[in-house]
Amino acid sequence: MAPICRAPVKAGPALAGARAATVAGPAAGGAGLQLDHGQPWRAPAQHPSTAHAEVPVRTLLPIALAALTQLACATTGQSPPVAFTGAHLIPVSGPELDDGVLVVQDGRILAVGGPRTAIPDGARVIDVSGKVIMPGLVDTHSHIGEPWGGDQSGPLHPDARALDAINVRHPSIQRAQAGGVTIANLMPGSGHLMSGQTAYLKLRDGRTLDDLLLRDESGRALGGMKMANGTNSQDDPPFPGTRSKSAALVRELFNRALAYRAKQQRAGDDPDQAPDPDLGLEAVLEVLDGRRVVHHHTHRHDDIMTVLRLREEFGFRLVLQHASEAWRVADEIAAAGVPCSVILIDSPGGKLEALDMSWQTAGILERAGVAVAMHTDDAINDSRLFLRSAAMAHRAGLSRAGALASVTLAGAAMLDLEQRTGSLEVGKDADFIVLSADPLSVYALIEQTWIDSVQVFDLSDPTDRLWATGGWGANDGPDSPAFLCCYGSAR
Amino acid sequence: MTTALIRRTRCAQTLAQRASMYRTRATATTLPMALLALALLSGGLRAQDLAVRGDVLHTMAGAPISDGVVVIRGGRIQAVGPAASTPVPEGMTVLRAPVVVPGLIDAHTTVGLTGWSNQDQDQDQLDGSDPIQPELRALDSYNARDPLVAHLNGLGITTVHTGHAPGAVISGQSMIVKTRSGTVESALVVAEAMVCATLGDQAKASGKQSPGTRSKAAALLRQALVDARIYAEGIAHDDPAERPDRDLRKETLARVLSGELPLLVTAQRHHDIATALRMAAEFGFTLVLDGAAEAHQLLPEIKAAGVPVIPHPMMARAWGPSSPFANASFETPRLLLEAGIPMAQQSGFEDYVPKVRVLHLEAAIAGRWGLSWEDNLASITRESARLLGLGDTLGTLEPGKHGDVALFDGDPFEYTTHCLGTVIEGVVTSDGER
Repeated sequence: MAPICRAPVKAGPALAGARAATVAGPAAGGAGLQLDHGQPWRAPAQHPSTAHAEVPVRTLLPIALAALTQLACATTGQSPPVAFTGAHLIPVSGPELDDGVLVVQDGRILAVGGPRTAIPDGARVIDVSGKVIMPGLVDTHSHIGEPWGGDQSGPLHPDARALDAINVRHPSIQRAQAGGVTIANLMPGSGHLMSGQTAYLKLRDGRTLDDLLLRDESGRALGGMKMANGTNSQDDPPFPGTRSKSAALVRELFNRALAYRAKQQRAGDDPDQAPDPDLGLEAVLEVLDGRRVVHHHTHRHDDIMTVLRLREEFGFRLVLQHASEAWRVADEIAAAGVPCSVILIDSPGGKLEALDMSWQTAGILERAGVAVAMHTDDAINDSRLFLRSAAMAHRAGLSRAGALASVTLAGAAMLDLEQRTGSLEVGKDADFIVLSADPLSVYALIEQTWIDSVQVFDLSDPTDRLWATGGWGANDGPDSPAFLCCYGSAR
Repeated sequence: MTTALIRRTRCAQTLAQRASMYRTRATATTLPMALLALALLSGGLRAQDLAVRGDVLHTMAGAPISDGVVVIRGGRIQAVGPAASTPVPEGMTVLRAPVVVPGLIDAHTTVGLTGWSNQDQDQDQLDGSDPIQPELRALDSYNARDPLVAHLNGLGITTVHTGHAPGAVISGQSMIVKTRSGTVESALVVAEAMVCATLGDQAKASGKQSPGTRSKAAALLRQALVDARIYAEGIAHDDPAERPDRDLRKETLARVLSGELPLLVTAQRHHDIATALRMAAEFGFTLVLDGAAEAHQLLPEIKAAGVPVIPHPMMARAWGPSSPFANASFETPRLLLEAGIPMAQQSGFEDYVPKVRVLHLEAAIAGRWGLSWEDNLASITRESARLLGLGDTLGTLEPGKHGDVALFDGDPFEYTTHCLGTVIEGVVTSDGER
């Protein structure tokens, strides 16, 4: 919750350009990119200077302003490196290391290695001997912050955006930080065939959602598309009443989007011939172009196969979500090359589609060659206990490495963020957690959560501890009402 | 094919392993022991005769025993002690596991009434026709063959206090059963254990039905207890002609007033807990506090009232600020014990998923937040038996008690530990790694 040196954040291409210019400037220094909260991410491999020449002239003024702000930031201190020493490191991308060293600075990982890893001069050294450090957790399916999408007017809402609904001050986001979650895919519910656009967030301490949104280089907020089949999305008309009708409505929507594109293409540069903009169909086209991954709620084996069939027909990119009966069609899922984000519930049933869910699903999928992540579906499972899902899946046959990846790197890959986060590797975002014991043990306490090398959770802080344990006031949100406080008191 | 089929496949593998790893035949080490065994054999080994040997045996009636053994005859524990000094009758089957504990006892659940599928045909935990229905008996709804009963049994839970759910001022009665399959009669331990009441938000009816407020819920409960008191006085009248007609509703509440049946009051918020304490003082019934998500705010009051608490399952959802669980804490079980308040843990009631929670997986979270391992295990064995009035027959591994045992390959609370088998009264009701 430390104050952040932050450029004025206004989403859009101009700002993205401004950042590119900024990082190319002298303020950026050599050690790493000058990153702050709310800034779009750039792949470490791409040297920022190459982006400089591409900045359009009309963005020069905002660039200059933003650059000045960044420069001011930089002069007040590019933060010194922080080195964590003595911990057992679980990089996920490689073998575990005893007595490891992790060095981070300005949002990035500078070094990861064994005890002989060089620690830069001037680094703040934090001895975490006896602790365990692993990447921050990536939750591929969460409802923290109340990210609702479409309403009850119909079954298809490609235009509805979770990011327009999310309450960044909801206590569930603080609880997720306490659970070590650093990245989450916030999804609308499953009561529609298509309930809306999801939002990929970094769970920073934010004043507004802009502080948490992940953006691409063009400034576009990252997210997928939530879809569902089976019983949750069936209801009285206009909702579908059967599984066949569900698939038919989805086919119709995709075809409508293709026709919309054909009209756009026929119109060429002639604005008079172009169809009126349709925000929903634009979003569906993002899906069909693979720029927006479909996160598809599905439980039963036949519903899973229907999703694979639709994907075959329309070619969208897909993550199967929940996949309770995926163990029955593991080979078919493997052959399709589709990853699964699995939910683990302590007992089967609760609804007809989930009667045959199993703790063994993740392990069976792994052995079939399917990429496996776990998710909380918070509030179905509590984000504070996200690691528990990985551990319970391990109990039932998922390998240890698979279990650790299922809540980190594998999940990041399902959100197209694996180049940026999900493992402890040089150049990646400094998103990590410090634990008191092995992450697959019930007794492991998450003591610290760091995002972009900023600590967002500290178990030794009484307020943060309250998020972790629950208790009186734990659900009041990060700030309590002003009228409950005294005048003139610094808060 | 069902999930059970996968489990069976795995069971087959583990059974093969167990044949060499865990299942051994006792061998008499001395001649006198062999003679003793022969003598016992002449009496004949029966279906409910079994021994369970653990690398660590937690009797919960003393210090853990390294390489300990429990000998069960006729379903009751005959002997417990170090394997080296505790004779096992010749020919008796010996199960073996790294960690052996008493069969786990769930202090409160609704399993068997809240079925697997969560559809109308298997949801019998709550009848919405009247807010006060103490005459509803749990065993008239209990389905001993529901897959969730087997699920719990397979994870080491041998006894459950189950019945009507929170959600009405008085939803009905509870009972105590073993988690064996078959009929409810064959599983029954106590047919009428407690009467289940609810205060606060969870007691409110929808729409314009009563009760719509906390005060109305309390008023309905108070009036029902007053009516029962008058009924009890009437029934005791010397002249049979003066006695009222038999009324099962009032009769049941009269048994609450007499102290025969405890009133299990589910109350989450602090002011609902206070209301429960107030009414117990007013009417003198035996109160068991259930849920009690804000018990951490009233520890001295609860302690002074001498009331035991069954805190909510640890993973009950906190939801948002308006939830009755908004201030729920993983630390409540520990804080209750530190305050000297008797405490046993539960899996509770869940109206969605998981349709049944798993007792020790819930309790594990309290252990993560400072409840000692021994206190935690006691709260799902010895202390839950005591709270249910069964401390003399269940909850520890001591001679004379039921031969209910759970076998694990490690710390039962650990995420990655498997339950290897479950024994109820000397009969293996589940085996295979889970």
